Amino acid sequence: MSAPNKSYDPVEVEALKPEAIDRARDEALAAVAAAGDLEALREVKAAHAGDRSPLALANREIGALPPHAKAEAGKRVGQARGAVSKALKARQEELERERDERVLVEEAVDVTLPYDRRPAGARHPLTTLSERIEDVFVAMGYEVAEGPEVEAEWFNFDALNLGPDHPARTMQDTFFVRGRDGGSDDDASGVVLRTHTSPVQIRSLLGRELPVYVICPGRVYRTDELDATHTPVFGQVELLAIDEGLTMADLKGTLDHMVSALFGEGLGTRLRPSYFPFTEPSAEMDMVCFVCRGASVGDPDNPCRTCSSEGWIELGGCGMVNPRVLTACGVDPDKYSGFAFGFGIERMLMFRHNVEDMRDMVEGDVRFTQPFGMEI
Amino acid sequence: MRAPLSWLREYVELPASETGRDVAARLIAAGLEVETVERTGAGLKGPLVVGQVLAIEELTEFKKPIRYCQVDVGRGPDDPQNLICGATNFAVGDKVVVVLPGAELPGGFKISARKTYGHVSEGMICSERELGMGEDHGGILVLPPEHPVGTDAIELLELVDEVLDIAVTPDRGYCLSMRGIARETATAYGVPLRDPALLDVPAPNAHGHPVRVADRLGCDRFTARTVTGLRPEAQSPIWLKRRLQKAGMRPVSLPVDITNYVMLELGQPLHAYDRARIEGAIGVRRAEDGEKLTTLDGTKRVLAPGDLVITDDRGPIGLAGVMGGANTEIADADGAAQQTTDVVIEAAHFDPVSVARTARRHKLSSEASRRFERGVDPEAASAAAQRTVDLLVLLAGGTAEPGVTEITTPSGPHTVRIAADHPDKVAGVSYGRETVVRRLQQVGCDVYGGTGQDEQLTVTVPSWRPDLTDPNDLAEEVVRLEGYENLPSTLPRPLPGRGLTERQRLHRRVGRALAGAGYVEALSYPFVGDAVFDALGLEAGDPRRRTVQLVNPLSDEEPGLRTTLLPGLLAALRRNDGRGSHDLALFETGLVFLPTGTETVAERLPVTQRPTQEQLSSLDAALPEQPRHLAVVLAGARERAGWWGEGRPADWADAIEAARTVAAEAGVELTLESASFTPWHPGRCAALHVRLDGERVLAGHAGELHPRAVKALGLPERTCAMELDLDLLERAAAGPVRGPHVSTFPVATQDVALVVDASVPAAEVESALRAGAGELLESLRLFDVFTGEQLGEGRKSLAYALRFRAPDRTLKAEEASAARDAAVAEAVERTGAVLRGA
Repeated sequence: MSAPNKSYDPVEVEALKPEAIDRARDEALAAVAAAGDLEALREVKAAHAGDRSPLALANREIGALPPHAKAEAGKRVGQARGAVSKALKARQEELERERDERVLVEEAVDVTLPYDRRPAGARHPLTTLSERIEDVFVAMGYEVAEGPEVEAEWFNFDALNLGPDHPARTMQDTFFVRGRDGGSDDDASGVVLRTHTSPVQIRSLLGRELPVYVICPGRVYRTDELDATHTPVFGQVELLAIDEGLTMADLKGTLDHMVSALFGEGLGTRLRPSYFPFTEPSAEMDMVCFVCRGASVGDPDNPCRTCSSEGWIELGGCGMVNPRVLTACGVDPDKYSGFAFGFGIERMLMFRHNVEDMRDMVEGDVRFTQPFGMEI
Repeated sequence: MRAPLSWLREYVELPASETGRDVAARLIAAGLEVETVERTGAGLKGPLVVGQVLAIEELTEFKKPIRYCQVDVGRGPDDPQNLICGATNFAVGDKVVVVLPGAELPGGFKISARKTYGHVSEGMICSERELGMGEDHGGILVLPPEHPVGTDAIELLELVDEVLDIAVTPDRGYCLSMRGIARETATAYGVPLRDPALLDVPAPNAHGHPVRVADRLGCDRFTARTVTGLRPEAQSPIWLKRRLQKAGMRPVSLPVDITNYVMLELGQPLHAYDRARIEGAIGVRRAEDGEKLTTLDGTKRVLAPGDLVITDDRGPIGLAGVMGGANTEIADADGAAQQTTDVVIEAAHFDPVSVARTARRHKLSSEASRRFERGVDPEAASAAAQRTVDLLVLLAGGTAEPGVTEITTPSGPHTVRIAADHPDKVAGVSYGRETVVRRLQQVGCDVYGGTGQDEQLTVTVPSWRPDLTDPNDLAEEVVRLEGYENLPSTLPRPLPGRGLTERQRLHRRVGRALAGAGYVEALSYPFVGDAVFDALGLEAGDPRRRTVQLVNPLSDEEPGLRTTLLPGLLAALRRNDGRGSHDLALFETGLVFLPTGTETVAERLPVTQRPTQEQLSSLDAALPEQPRHLAVVLAGARERAGWWGEGRPADWADAIEAARTVAAEAGVELTLESASFTPWHPGRCAALHVRLDGERVLAGHAGELHPRAVKALGLPERTCAMELDLDLLERAAAGPVRGPHVSTFPVATQDVALVVDASVPAAEVESALRAGAGELLESLRLFDVFTGEQLGEGRKSLAYALRFRAPDRTLKAEEASAARDAAVAEAVERTGAVLRGA
């Protein structure tokens, strides 16, 4: 064992006395704890952990100690400085958290402030409803067919078994287009504003390969004055399926599927015999009221506005395509058969979405259209 | 057709418990559109009795005539009922209907004795309207004298009944008669029909009123019968009037009521001529051009050669199957100077097409024409004549002359050949041959043919069903009688489809993009007139003024179809503004109609085979061009002011931005150039061009509207608009996007400010910069436009940020600078730009 370092200067190591170190540490810790804000803590840090702090100075003295004392003093000072540093860090974090909390509170905003910087846009519900119907059928394999709105009478009437003197031809009040010579005869030009989208069916049969499964949405025109339930310009969706062996049962199934897809599962449909020149047999199609499901029938205490307590909602007309129509399009009626149906989308919008006045759909008032958004 | 249930029961033995709604449900299932079931006399409660007026005291102290009456209501003349009455159309001794205290009239009107006009009225003397019989409120109802005092009037007047109102479709003319509806009802209930047309009819002879039918195609049957010695004072009995009233017809006079009644019963329109006013033989022929006839409605009509007319020696006396003439009208019981005692009854069958054309030509739809157009049973004509004669004899005391004129053009029975399993194939149900034959027989058909399932049947259709001409017509009869409600539900399996077309996808995408950008879709009517073109400021020769014209527009002010979407969309903008919505952005897509100037007349092609391609092309050549356009209009704030800061008014740039939005959806690059185009502001309008097949094509315009147009149309100031040809955009679409190569090397950014003449379009400067910068240019953005004194009059500074990047290396500073310099050099070269700060 070597002898003690005789050159050890007891005066110079006063600062390294355990009591002194402990005191310096305690003072530092007390100062840290007392630091009220980050600024004060910064000063405390400079005073107690900075280069000129007692512990830093003490640390510098360690080299002067005899080797046997260095370790102990080093450990003592190191522990003290570590404790101070840890306390500083903890206090720093604490104060920062407090500051952040305060600042974030100060930065708080009223998130309920309204924001209508740019008024919302929207698509017209007739457009989106038509698309929704199209999508039901596109998913089944149908394609969407379109055609002109100013149409030759042959497409609009004749090919659909509406001959020139057919009573149904006068039932539909048609806008006739004036011929180029300005003649005043109703049909001098042979051109009309289409009264239904059925001419698109004819064009599809003439222009597409068989079998044909198409859905024909579009605008049609009849000479009604605008009121709450009529408009001279309205939207229609028609369907045409021509294939080998199609039956009325297929028509019924297709209708059932559409109603389920648009109004919910489990809603029955009903066909009632009717008459249209372009279909034979023909039918009117109804669906069970999706609001009351028939419960309002005969229950005057709980009337249903959607179906007028009838239990059924009229959808439109349908039937098996008249073989004469197929013949006019060059389709062999002995080989092919098919079905068609059609309905007005204004009416469907009215009962599906509680719209009471058809004028709202044609006037373009943004207050009507905006709530419908992008899809329906 | 209104069918009273009580009348229907005369021909069909229905269970007594069946209500009108029950019957309606069965008929609806069988294909008759029963619109309503009206309950006449609903809520009616007696006592309601026949009374006889004993005494009348006229009370004169009131503003209107008031009578205080004593009426025997069955308790004898010594115990009369005291009644106040405001009508004066009755006299002492008349039989009237009295409602007594405790009773209730239709509509919940409770009757009690009450004091009025100074007397106690113990009930009320009733008018037709008060009893729910008809609309006649001209006075109280005076009954024929034969009904005993005290008789229950509810039963006598058949006040309580149900009436089925049926909308008869054009193929079911036979249901415009009680006979036809009864037939359907009998079939629906599976009970026998008592056919009212089964009458003994005398054989035709040569002694009847002479008739000459010159046009056998227009008239294939004409029966004439004569009844003489009608009692002029004879009135229609209550039952007859009541049935007419319930069926919706107004009783007129006995002979007219009888012909109407028989028409309702059998479906055969009849006409009664005053024999004294017919001169010579009755004829049927086509009218001569310009012939004149005054019809029963008092209208003087000029006839056309296509009109089928009934004539006598003087000329036309009726429009065949449509309406009779005033000159042979039977005289009303009261009023007419010379009363009718002898009538000639016409029961004829006219060509449906001829009647329809005449009715349409003269805009004269009558009960008769409606029936002939839809098909009347020719075999029922003589029975209807007989029924009319019988009623005239029975009710008017007339004498039937033995003469029976009957002119018929024989035609064979109509047959249809149909496979026995055809209805099965149509319905997707196995009915079987037996069911098919039975159902067709119920319809009235005779069915011949083999017994196998797929054997051909030969079906003779009944005379009252001219609509049954094709196998599918017969299939429908089977299916409907078997019940549409019993059809199964199956789904066909189409071939896999190809989904929406590119064009359809684009339309949806554009709509979503614009709605996402704050635009609200409007759908306007396409009708336009000169007024809006004037307001827009279109010059006289502007092609947009050349419109497709309608023969019968809704408004004479708007006889044309739109050539631009702006009129309708701007009207919607104005409407919204007027209703208090001021910050507006609207859009519309729709067809416009552009005359080609070479439209041909669209032929009426045959329908017995597929038209040739040339024929189909000729139809398309008759149509105008109908491209789909898209337009937006804006007014007010595009961005509103609020707690977030300043707002921003909609301006020309928004309109152009909308075009860019649409073009981006189409994958089309728009090039802009300043344009002067009505109705836009000449300094704030961009012409929008696309490249189509290598050509630069004008696709539309965008910008601020001309202040004059804004004023003329009453629009908010600075209204902006854009319109373009969406079809053109779709055709110009570039196709699928090519995925860009993304370089991960650092970007080198260089800013340049170029001073150019104010008239130099930014688009030119930009394209010059792009061309000069070369391949290293990744992007270029105009971040500032500046004008000021230091630049000098008529100059502007455009500041661009250029980003350079190489795909394979980090660019050296000198490479980026060189590229920038080259870009600037190109701009200097092309646009005379001066590099600012250089």
